[in-house]
Amino acid sequence: MNIPLSYYLLLSGFLFVCGVAGFLIKRNIITIFMSIELMLNGVNLSFVAFAAQWHSLSGQIFVFFVMVVAAAEAAVGLAIIIAVYRTRETLNVDQVNLLKL
Amino acid sequence: MTPNPYLWLLPILPLAGAAINGFFGRKSSRKAITAVALTFCGAAFLLALWIAVGFSSASAPYYFDLAHWIRSGDFRVDFSFYLDQLSLVMLLVVTGVGFLIHIYSVGYMWDDDGFYRFMSYLNLFMFFMLTLVLAKNYLMMFIGWEGVGLASYLLIGFWFTKDSAAAAGKKAFIVNRIGDFGFLIALFLIIKHFGSLDFPTVFQAVAPLPSETAGAGFLTAIGLLLMVGAAGKSAQIPLYVWLPDAMEGPTPVSALIHAATMVTAGVYMVARSHIIFERAPSAMTVVAIIGTLTALFAATIGIAQTDIKKVLAYSTVSQLGYMFMACGVGAFSAGIFHLMTHAFFKGLLFLAAGSVIHGVGGEQDMRKMGGLRHFMPWTFATMGIATLAIAGIPPLAGFWSKDEILWQAFGQSWVYWLIGVITAFITSFYMFRLMYMTFAGDYRGGAPDNSHGHDAHGHGDGHGHGEPHESSWVMLGPLVVLAVLSLVGGLVGYGNHFEHFLDPVFQAGKAVQETAGETGSRSLEFVLMGISISVAGLGWFLAWLLYSNRPKLPARIAESLGGLYRAVANKYYIDELYAVLFVKPLIDGSTSILWHGVDQGVIDATVNNSASAARDISDEVRHMQSGNLRSYAGWVAAGGAVVIAYMVWMGVR
Repeated sequence: MNIPLSYYLLLSGFLFVCGVAGFLIKRNIITIFMSIELMLNGVNLSFVAFAAQWHSLSGQIFVFFVMVVAAAEAAVGLAIIIAVYRTRETLNVDQVNLLKL
Repeated sequence: MTPNPYLWLLPILPLAGAAINGFFGRKSSRKAITAVALTFCGAAFLLALWIAVGFSSASAPYYFDLAHWIRSGDFRVDFSFYLDQLSLVMLLVVTGVGFLIHIYSVGYMWDDDGFYRFMSYLNLFMFFMLTLVLAKNYLMMFIGWEGVGLASYLLIGFWFTKDSAAAAGKKAFIVNRIGDFGFLIALFLIIKHFGSLDFPTVFQAVAPLPSETAGAGFLTAIGLLLMVGAAGKSAQIPLYVWLPDAMEGPTPVSALIHAATMVTAGVYMVARSHIIFERAPSAMTVVAIIGTLTALFAATIGIAQTDIKKVLAYSTVSQLGYMFMACGVGAFSAGIFHLMTHAFFKGLLFLAAGSVIHGVGGEQDMRKMGGLRHFMPWTFATMGIATLAIAGIPPLAGFWSKDEILWQAFGQSWVYWLIGVITAFITSFYMFRLMYMTFAGDYRGGAPDNSHGHDAHGHGDGHGHGEPHESSWVMLGPLVVLAVLSLVGGLVGYGNHFEHFLDPVFQAGKAVQETAGETGSRSLEFVLMGISISVAGLGWFLAWLLYSNRPKLPARIAESLGGLYRAVANKYYIDELYAVLFVKPLIDGSTSILWHGVDQGVIDATVNNSASAARDISDEVRHMQSGNLRSYAGWVAAGGAVVIAYMVWMGVR
């Protein structure tokens, strides 16, 4: 069974657009954070799809890089979110618009 | 005999004096300033005398190259000096008369706060004038030319807190720029055609050229443009208007710069370029016509002036016209001769007028003088001699030179001669009018007046001016010396000695045409001489009749002439005419087009409008930067979408 490349790409685009939409619409920082992860993974999907199509490993290597960066980002980002919540007692981004208290 | 090796020192001496007084004069005592100014100027005079004694026709013209200046390909200009008979005459006149006027200035300006400034400027003027006279190339001459213009500007506007003086200085400067523009273009033409500005090179290149009798070639163009320059500097029609206004300056300045030396620079320049002019007959004719018209025109204005210095100013313009007439008819040596004698008697007239003004407490209006011969006999005597000299009474200086010019002019055309004689008559009339109004009759000055008149020099020689008084001997000394020169200075012209002395200069490279003056007969010369003497006497008689014998008559005549008299008294409204023709259109054009149009409309508008456009755009765009994080994300997403859409669209294409 051979699934065409375009299917992967459509799914990838759908995931990315979901991420963008969530990023724009949601106000909770955690949700926004998850939307970013969704966008990253959408992109990852297109990378591996192309890698399989062209029998090239570089796409898969890129995905590893993205995953590493995403993991690091998650660690730092969640720490920041916790710090923000401790000081502001809210996770609504529209209320977190000052650089200092 | 070897030429004098110290020629180069001549201009440097006054420059040193000017520098010392200019830099250190403010703190120095008046005695020190006087010592510096007179020492350096006097040293220049003595050096000029030494050079004159050691001068021999055999070694002339003598060149002295001081330093290189411009070396550009084949084109070279050096700082170099040129000494021949013509420069020598000018040297002696400039340093001699200049030194006398320096002495006089010490007395005249002693109480002025700007004493050091005045003496420094005078020395500076001497430097530039000597540079002009000694130049070996046109560019050096131009430096001197511009430099004397600068000194003239500084000295006319010496009392710069007075608006009229500042304005007169500017007027002189601007009118001279018009002339200098012509001079400069003439220099460019000379470079273009001869590739050099050196006198010897240019004149050698011109000498073999044929005379441009038919039509006009580049020599005519050069000649006419040089004449434009000369007309500016020497106050000829149509650029004479600055000279009468220049009388705003202190009187010694009027004597030195605006009568004896600087204004004759134009005559010197034309005479120096005689080889060019001799090959451009139409340019010569223009010179002669301008000179003749100026002589007559300025003389008629002189009749109706009441300011003692204005009379002398118009007289100067008129006499300069004579010199140009002489140059125009090819009698260059006669022109230079008149230049020399004029320097004596006109310098004397101005200095004597200064003495009068000094003596009556700054009054310049002749209607408020009169009877001064009792109060200031020395001034009266010396000024009388100068008046006889300028009127052309033999055997005084003016007679010889003026008669020589008239005689040479007659050889060219009787029209020049006739106008010249009429001018001589008018000259004699207005000069004796001046004498009678100033010195004869009773003193009309009236009550003592503590406000100094418009010649606002300090006047603190101790006693108030209830009564006119004779000037000090510092001032009278130069008067007496100049009076002696005016008496006997013309005798060098006896038997054409002066002319023959200048012959090596003016005969060199002479065009084929024969000097017209030599063709007349001896008896004719005496007849013409008799006529010019008698018109001078007639002018004297008329002045005596009107201003001494029947003092009521002039007013009646003036009344009966009505408009004509008013026109003359108002200098033919030439200043007003120029104001309407040139000054006002220029100011209006500058205001509406250049200022409001170009400067404000284009240049300022470009800067201001781009600034306000940037502000307006930012005003709109700043709303994007709301601080709302999600709107930023929205912009990023929208931007990304636009990029993707663009790439897709391009890809489809």
